[in-house]
Amino acid sequence: MRYLPLRPADRRAMLDVIGAASIDDLFADVPDAARLSGPIAGLPMHASEMAVERQLGALAARNHAAGEGPFFLGCGAYRHHVPASVDHLIQRGEFLTSYTPYQPEIAQGTLQALFEFQTQVARLTGCEVANASMYDGSTACWEAIVMARRITRRGRAILSAGLHPHYVSVAETMARFTGDVLDTALPRLTDGAPGDDLARLIDAVDGGTSCVVVQNPNIFGHVADLSELAARCHAKGALLVAVVTEPVSLGAIRSPGEMGADIVVGEGQGIGVGLQFGGPYVGLFATREKFVRQMPGRLAGETVDAEGRRGFVLTLSTREQHIRREKATSNICTNSGLCALAFSIHMTLLGEAGLRELAALNHANAVAAAARLARVPGVELANGPFFNEFTLRLNREARPVVRALAEDGILGGVSAGRLYPDGDGRERGLIVAVTETVAPEDVDEFADALEEALS
Amino acid sequence: MTLYFTRDHEWISVEGDRATVGITDYAQAQLGDIVFVEVPPAGATLDKGKEAAVVESVKAASDVYAPVSGEVIEGNGALESDPALVNTSPEEEGWFFRLALADPSELDGLMDADAYKAFVATL
Amino acid sequence: MSINASGWRPTAPGTGDEDAAPATFTGNRALMLEEPLLFEIGSTDRTGVDLPGAPRVAGRLGGLERTAPIGLPGLTEPETVRHYTRLSRQNYAIDLGLFPLGSCTMKHNPRLNEKMARLPGFADIHPLQPIDTVQGALALIHLVGEWLTTLTGMPAVAMSPKAGAHGELCGLLAIRSALEARGDRRQVVLVPESAHGTNPATAAFCGYAVENIPATPEGRVDLAALRARLGPDVAALMITNPNTCGLFERDMIAISGAVHAAGAFVYCDGANFNAIVGRVRPGDLGVDAMHINLHKTFSTPHGGGGPGAGPVVFSDALAPFAPLPFVEKAGDHYRLVEEETVEEHHKASFGRMVAFHGQMGMFVRAAAYMLSHGADGLRQVAGDAVLNANYVLRSLDGVLDAPFGASGPCMHEALFSDEGMADGFTTLDIAKGLIDEGFHPMTMYFPLVVHGAMLIEPTETEGKAALDQFIGALRSVAERAKAGDPALKAAPRFAPRRRLDETAAARKPVLVWRESEAGQVARAAE
Repeated sequence: MRYLPLRPADRRAMLDVIGAASIDDLFADVPDAARLSGPIAGLPMHASEMAVERQLGALAARNHAAGEGPFFLGCGAYRHHVPASVDHLIQRGEFLTSYTPYQPEIAQGTLQALFEFQTQVARLTGCEVANASMYDGSTACWEAIVMARRITRRGRAILSAGLHPHYVSVAETMARFTGDVLDTALPRLTDGAPGDDLARLIDAVDGGTSCVVVQNPNIFGHVADLSELAARCHAKGALLVAVVTEPVSLGAIRSPGEMGADIVVGEGQGIGVGLQFGGPYVGLFATREKFVRQMPGRLAGETVDAEGRRGFVLTLSTREQHIRREKATSNICTNSGLCALAFSIHMTLLGEAGLRELAALNHANAVAAAARLARVPGVELANGPFFNEFTLRLNREARPVVRALAEDGILGGVSAGRLYPDGDGRERGLIVAVTETVAPEDVDEFADALEEALS
Repeated sequence: MTLYFTRDHEWISVEGDRATVGITDYAQAQLGDIVFVEVPPAGATLDKGKEAAVVESVKAASDVYAPVSGEVIEGNGALESDPALVNTSPEEEGWFFRLALADPSELDGLMDADAYKAFVATL
Repeated sequence: MSINASGWRPTAPGTGDEDAAPATFTGNRALMLEEPLLFEIGSTDRTGVDLPGAPRVAGRLGGLERTAPIGLPGLTEPETVRHYTRLSRQNYAIDLGLFPLGSCTMKHNPRLNEKMARLPGFADIHPLQPIDTVQGALALIHLVGEWLTTLTGMPAVAMSPKAGAHGELCGLLAIRSALEARGDRRQVVLVPESAHGTNPATAAFCGYAVENIPATPEGRVDLAALRARLGPDVAALMITNPNTCGLFERDMIAISGAVHAAGAFVYCDGANFNAIVGRVRPGDLGVDAMHINLHKTFSTPHGGGGPGAGPVVFSDALAPFAPLPFVEKAGDHYRLVEEETVEEHHKASFGRMVAFHGQMGMFVRAAAYMLSHGADGLRQVAGDAVLNANYVLRSLDGVLDAPFGASGPCMHEALFSDEGMADGFTTLDIAKGLIDEGFHPMTMYFPLVVHGAMLIEPTETEGKAALDQFIGALRSVAERAKAGDPALKAAPRFAPRRRLDETAAARKPVLVWRESEAGQVARAAE
């Protein structure tokens, strides 16, 4: 078996040293009732690389990959072009097969990369500090709500209607167990500002509010100025939690930190990490320096070694669950290390100039696509401002249209009906993302097919 | 001024109905380098035996309990910028908080310096 | 001493090191290259990406353009490759050598896993595509789920938890949901005193009070003490089997029986599954829920700290409460059960724990591993893992104290204490000495029940020669610790960095780079 180095002679020699007759003897403590005498029934025996490739290749071939045709899905996971060197570098064995950097003397590669990642995330989000990543955006969002409760000692959080419904669902699930009270609402496809409920949020903040959670751009792609909401929160002693699910947007839109957000969380997948059907992704988490001891997740910190040379270590570990137990800042004890590294490498290759250019290209492509699609009879653009994602209002239910387009090899966005119960016209909403990977021909093909489907 | 000790390694220095509380030299030696101290805010009500403060070393966090009940007059602000004071001067400059005693009779049953020293010798 | 930000200068010989190497201009030592921070070498106008021109359109950002400088330096591709390649070479890794980390199962990460995960049909699909366009992906998730339920002998599995700790949370939330559903208000969770800290932390997070159950002198859960404590207020026992001392809980069936008879559930921490995979099914031991670390037993790479995956297998009693989403098979067709369709067959599900569907990339890697090994290969995995650990245990007889060595064979990991070390010499010194010998240290100071604990799990992907080299190195370092060799206190001496000041890092945390503050920590320390 190609992954098992021990040879029969090795095993015999080792058993001699141990003083046992067979490997089975070493399992003597297992009760007979639970001990299996041979390989588990119902599973195949070992297979060659070739055979495994054939079997898994067949499964992969049954999926329609994004690159096979026009592709316009977003809603929290975005298709961007990742430069070839990113994947090459993260596959270096010293990154891929290394462990959590608990022994810093032999993990400076990981620790320095995390320190750079933290700095990049802090700057991108407009915050003072950031952690070494969370599992993903949705769990980071929940952790922010818990952190706001800890800081304000209040138990009620208000969630914007424009927050990704999966993120809302995760928070609702967890809140049932922790006793946090969540104020939520279903979104409306308001003309010019779909999913926007700033007025509702500003009105609802009071002395019992721990935080307001708002996504920008929101699930329908709407972009808003959060400054007034931030001021209102602070006046009432509450925190503003901003959620960013498309990190490339931060190359074009004012950051949540600049607009007054206290905690910024998000999904980093759009930079460096592929779609992968939903995971592994990388959660971003940034906040004000004064809140750093309340922040969950791992943190890489700068220090010096015994010879005075600069080095990095994991720090503020006492926040973590295995030490603080019920006073731990969270249940999380890992980060999405390799994905954070991929994010960081891609960010380095882009640089500020490259990121701005990439964001500008995304926005321009989206604006052009929206104009083209809005000219299709039976289609209206719901958005005023947007970045690279917008919502179309169709003249009928969107979900069957999406399915029909898929049968023709076009992945034409996400129907709001996939994400929300019907009502308020949501079932006619179609959320379309347009990144730098979309060519004008793709848009034309999509528009033509949409026209046919709606006629 | 009378000095008492608890079995949880807190010291309490009492003068009239006011007291100063900290952790002992034995405790700080056990904890190692102190990196952070969380002291209670002025005005907080403390109950005897319940958690009053938290002291963190690099790899562990430990609770500090209130030896007696009372209202916090002030927490030691110096510990925020220099938590190392707990290591270098645990029974003087590294004090944690001052409080107004709610019930002086709670001091009965606490150890004096000799009793604490004997207690530590058994550990 | 203040640190020069633009490149490293070598350590002055004045550290008292008689055989200090001569200084170099760059601070480099041949292949060991110092590398500054990105923020010290990059610039905001440099980029390693070429993009096509954008179409000319009027912007629609609503006046919210980001105009202020962000402060993100870039590098061209050659500079980027050099930066990260140099950083990578300051890391120890499985590809380089053995990790004797107990309960971490640092086994070889097969490259077939990586190749399969990158097939466009798996890597380039969006979680919200119409499910008819991703039948192969759903089939893969279902396949991995079936392997997990078959290997564990349990009827159901939740695939969405993103890590081991997340899986623990999932299991306990299912238990709490099950108890709430039958109107039973139990407030206590029991854990063995040797349990890993995440167990009580997760229990506390779920709203339970945690109590310890003592161990017998032979390092196992005290069944009598457990029986005495069980009662109508106990919701669950959280147990690890093999336990954190590397020993199989002989009384496991009786333990589960007692817990069930008291109306409670058995949660099993699956971190040590590598010892029994293919040979023992946790379902046969009475387990109600167990998380499985795919990055441990099933070889998905640790990646310097993540990503992992922690699917949870469930008994019939807990299966109805498993979280969303589910992959279900009907004939040849797969479907995804989310919030919309949960009412149909899964109304008791406690809800969604994470956006989308789980760690698909890790499922593909685990699938490649499972298919490669097969039922017979996995059985051999556990056999060789246990053989290797026992070989290490007995080879160190007389060198290190094994507190449970006399009670019989260990499972996949061997536990030692610091008994016999010279005054002032600790497990930490042995660990740092091992670094100079070219090994990552073993798990230290865990489990807490053994003084100065050293927990060693070699895994099955180490050959005998690798083990012999490790045993020799550990013997050498241990003898030095027992003899009180002062040079050991200065270890490591040959790693890219000497011992680092973790106290300073915690007292004055410096978590991001700031323009004007070269050598921020050195200044703070002055």
